[in-house]
Amino acid sequence: MGMTAIEKILAKNSNQASVKPGDLVVVEVGTAILYDNNLIPANWRNILKVKHPDRVVMVFDHRVPAKDIMSAQAHSTGRKFVKKFGIKRFHDVGAEQGISHVLVADHGYALPGTVLVCGDSHTCSAGVFNCAARGTGSPDMLYAVTKGETWFKVGETVRYDLINNLSAPASTKDVILHIANVYGDHATMNIEFGGPALPNLSMNARRTITTMSAELSAEFATFEPDPVMLEYVRGKNPGVEFEEQYPDPNANYHRRNTIDLAGIEPLVALPDAVLNNSRPAAELEGERIDQAFIGSCANGTLDDLAVASDMLGGRTVSKHVRLIVTPGSQSIYRQALKAGYIEKIMDAGAVVTNATCGACGGGHLGILSAGETCITASTRNFKGRMGDPDSRVFMASPATVAASAIRGSITDPRNIGN
Amino acid sequence: MTMERPILNGQVWKFPENINTDLILPGRAQYFSEEEQKEVVFEANRPGWIREIRQGDIIVAGRNFGMGSSRPAARSLRNIGIGCLVADSINGLFFRNCVNWGFLALECPGVSNTFNEGDQAAVSFEDFSITNKMSGEVLSANAIPDSLLLTMNAGGVLPVLEAEGLISEAQV
Ligand code: SF4
Repeated sequence: MGMTAIEKILAKNSNQASVKPGDLVVVEVGTAILYDNNLIPANWRNILKVKHPDRVVMVFDHRVPAKDIMSAQAHSTGRKFVKKFGIKRFHDVGAEQGISHVLVADHGYALPGTVLVCGDSHTCSAGVFNCAARGTGSPDMLYAVTKGETWFKVGETVRYDLINNLSAPASTKDVILHIANVYGDHATMNIEFGGPALPNLSMNARRTITTMSAELSAEFATFEPDPVMLEYVRGKNPGVEFEEQYPDPNANYHRRNTIDLAGIEPLVALPDAVLNNSRPAAELEGERIDQAFIGSCANGTLDDLAVASDMLGGRTVSKHVRLIVTPGSQSIYRQALKAGYIEKIMDAGAVVTNATCGACGGGHLGILSAGETCITASTRNFKGRMGDPDSRVFMASPATVAASAIRGSITDPRNIGN
Repeated sequence: MTMERPILNGQVWKFPENINTDLILPGRAQYFSEEEQKEVVFEANRPGWIREIRQGDIIVAGRNFGMGSSRPAARSLRNIGIGCLVADSINGLFFRNCVNWGFLALECPGVSNTFNEGDQAAVSFEDFSITNKMSGEVLSANAIPDSLLLTMNAGGVLPVLEAEGLISEAQV
């Protein structure tokens, strides 16, 4: 029986001819990404040996610039570690600052056909590059960094074939909310995305899908390689060789479904859960909001800022709403400045913050109080995620969030007049 | 190397499906110390619960327990005194953290329908069986490979790395 793309990547990196669901594999780690949450005293240990310093990336993203003494300590621990082991790919506060998963994309750190681990659950983001990328725990990362390997249990794979084109303002955020709504969780399973719609989906648009696959509880989420992706990775890594992995024609999928992008409309996930919990934005119109957020590793890309600026340009954010916009990296921020997006967003009344996880994880820069309602274009809306457990978080695309910020209540972006 | 295979007996606390890590260990507590993190476990969905439990109690839950983030939520359950977790299924990332932080956990399809809150359970890591001591019903859980059970039962991956001379206690 043939293998799926992820099975082939895991087989290759565990030096086996084949793997099958149920196998436990030990794989070589191609890229290990450490971030500030790994560095707090409760999680960190003094590292005596690093197997491959050139395979390690250090990022400060959850609380940058340091928001309190604990984050400041974590950052200084990270700086010492980087110096001690000569880690070259280091993203400190400054020009190269950003959210780890966004930086992986910005810099092309994820090579097709390789294994990438990071102690953050949205690491599946890098699966867009045909990489076996997944979030692990902090101890896992100490293991990967010191021993250069890790283990995975091979799960079954669900395949989604994307067909036809999205009609704006529907976006890939709506696609993943649709999948979460119709198919629920994918616990213990991998997801493979492919199909004829790929050429019309930008890398940013695709990456929203793999990033959000964490919300489906998927093990790995990978895209089938295509020329758009390969060209992107080669452009970022001139001269570097890699072997992308295509699924075998007779690959054994748990199930295979077609997602018709033309039928996708703006959706909103209701508070506390993403799975089986979305409604069309149009049905929720009138639900009053206090805060709106656009950012995170799923929706802080240049494309997302372009959508926000289109929606907000020449309009104003409702008086009773705080709209917070957080670019995914400082580099994206600078590009958005040059493109004029930031000016339009700020003129409309939004606050644009530096690149960080910020409000997404409820860490800083926009925490909700009891009784408040937020609509967010980020990754997660669990109870208490963005602040007080008695706040409510709706989740949607940047277009829907921007439209809602203008009206002051949840709004289908198609209803903001041209 | 012979391995210890624990058998646990305890009172059951029931949790529904899709319990997420933000509930187990809220984001605001991520930078707390391990001791402080114990105080906030399930504060949003079961306030006061951490005062009711006793050392060695057992959590029985539905599908996909521990969905969400990579935070050390499994460690918090261990630290508050939960003896082990048995769920219809356990989220993959959460299960890694159970192994790596040394928190005993088993997947046992159907277990959530077999127990009521307050029942007494016996959980065997010898034959991976779960017994409801009230009804007498016995279920078999998915076996855990020896290599992972060894780490899970030895307090997690950090003691292993320490023994190999790869890490030592944090010195900032
Ligand atoms: S942006 Fe949000 S989901 Fe992404 S890594 Fe940061 S906290 Fe996690």
